[in-house]
Amino acid sequence: MPLTASPTTTPDAPDQEYLWTLNFGPQHPATHTTLRLVLTLDGERVVNSVPHIGYLHSGFEKLGEHLDFNQYVTIVDRMNYLSPLANEISWHHAVEKLLNIELTPRCKYLRTILAELMRLHDHLLNCGTSALDLGAFTAFLYFFEQRELIYDIVEYASGQRFHTSYTRVGGVMFDVNNDWVEKVRSFTKQFRKTHDEVHRLLTRNRIFIDRTKGIGVLSKEQAINLSCTGPVARASGVVRDLRKDEPYLAYKDLDFKVICSQGGDCYARYLVRMQEMIESVQIIEQAIENIPAGPVNVDVGSHVVLPAKPAVYRSIEGLIQHFEVNMPNKGYEVPHEEIYAATESPNGELGFYIVGQDSTRAYRARTRPPSYIHFAVFPHIIKGHMLSDVVAVLGSLNIIAAELDR
Amino acid sequence: MLDLQPLIEKFGLTQSEFRGNHRVVVAADKVYALLETLKNSHGFNMLIDVTCVDYLEYEGAADRFGVVYCLLNVSTGGRLIVKTFINDPDPKLPTVTTLWMGADWMEREVYDMFGIKFTGHHDLRRILMPDEFSAFPLRKDYPLKGRGERHNFPVITRSES
Repeated sequence: MPLTASPTTTPDAPDQEYLWTLNFGPQHPATHTTLRLVLTLDGERVVNSVPHIGYLHSGFEKLGEHLDFNQYVTIVDRMNYLSPLANEISWHHAVEKLLNIELTPRCKYLRTILAELMRLHDHLLNCGTSALDLGAFTAFLYFFEQRELIYDIVEYASGQRFHTSYTRVGGVMFDVNNDWVEKVRSFTKQFRKTHDEVHRLLTRNRIFIDRTKGIGVLSKEQAINLSCTGPVARASGVVRDLRKDEPYLAYKDLDFKVICSQGGDCYARYLVRMQEMIESVQIIEQAIENIPAGPVNVDVGSHVVLPAKPAVYRSIEGLIQHFEVNMPNKGYEVPHEEIYAATESPNGELGFYIVGQDSTRAYRARTRPPSYIHFAVFPHIIKGHMLSDVVAVLGSLNIIAAELDR
Repeated sequence: MLDLQPLIEKFGLTQSEFRGNHRVVVAADKVYALLETLKNSHGFNMLIDVTCVDYLEYEGAADRFGVVYCLLNVSTGGRLIVKTFINDPDPKLPTVTTLWMGADWMEREVYDMFGIKFTGHHDLRRILMPDEFSAFPLRKDYPLKGRGERHNFPVITRSES
């Protein structure tokens, strides 16, 4: 049953001495990462909540000013660690927009497939753990098995399971082969079965519905005013998806739906994520069958990409090229300009504001992290709910503290 | 893309375009009025981002800080980047939390990292750095390895512990 907000406003007033304060986090199993909430409670009802963040702040944006465009990808990786490749793709999307590089068709498709795998990866964990926090352990394990398969696919392509650092300016580290394509195919074939099972476990589960329906309601106006994007905004009825609105990579050629809901509560956010997984699988299925042949990186003559390793070790031209790209002042020309470019990451609009100077390092590399924006929403939508709903709302907003604090 | 001509005349904007990003530069005292007009009359109902750039070492820059507002019109998908410049010794701007509540934490982060005060902000505290931190780490005169913070911790050897 939906709860209405308690009329109390200022917890410091003397007639409200019965209110008590609870410290939630920074080490708490339901926060999954390191963040802290100071909750003011009336019995078990949340009157006010003040988030305290910054426990994982490690100066990523400062590092971005001291590492070059290819080196910084290893840092970007560690922002949203549930979908590392989506961050890399977003970062290099912004860099390539600044440098005006048009990717090869094969690279566009490859990155699209990887981005959608990451969306699955992120949503699988989010739906799994938000159910886990509410006491449903089985769905979490079912979904984790699927994540394991995605790890395998990513490992096969990049050599790393988690922090892949796979993309490069103008392409990717190395191309994929037919075995990889076959691996992706077999993954998509069996994915829907697990998805159906979890649907049957959770979607009409009485306890799960009681815990999520009408909890943490975010209206459409609030979602827009509070800068929400991604599944959080779409669950509140904001029809916005950068893959459709500002098509990048290969999304223009692919057929998929933008999943929206009117509910705006935790249950709606769960449903949007569940349905988005099916759309992602459809995108992967289309893209993997249509992945074009040809080079995966842009032309080496553009002095942007590193030549392939065999060329570096076996020819003098390759070796010279390798040094030219790597050495300071010998690299590619970067315009003296500023750019904002964003992609639809699993969590929402992940944008980068890059200020270019005459070197291969950014003068300023601002990240627009969706987790940070969404966590600012939390105090607004938790008011009037019970203490046990805090974990439900936290889970449904998909707060990743590494991205939150950077 | 909306017709900026009336706004250019009214607010004295400088307009530019780079790779599809439409940008305007406005004087710091008119930035609130411009953002209010853009929100109320031109449908820019979402504030995507507020950020800042410290132009201390930037070639050809005349001002110290550039504060950037990225706006989005949710119904048409149109974007506009509004930029304004402010300078030492007391960099401050009016808050836009009265227009978009989403600006709350974004402005707090800009304050935390660059020391730009947003007058009228209801809760302008440090957000990522600890409250007792005195410097503004994303300013260009702040070194990558920090300034003395690590030396303030007493070194405890095994025999002393």
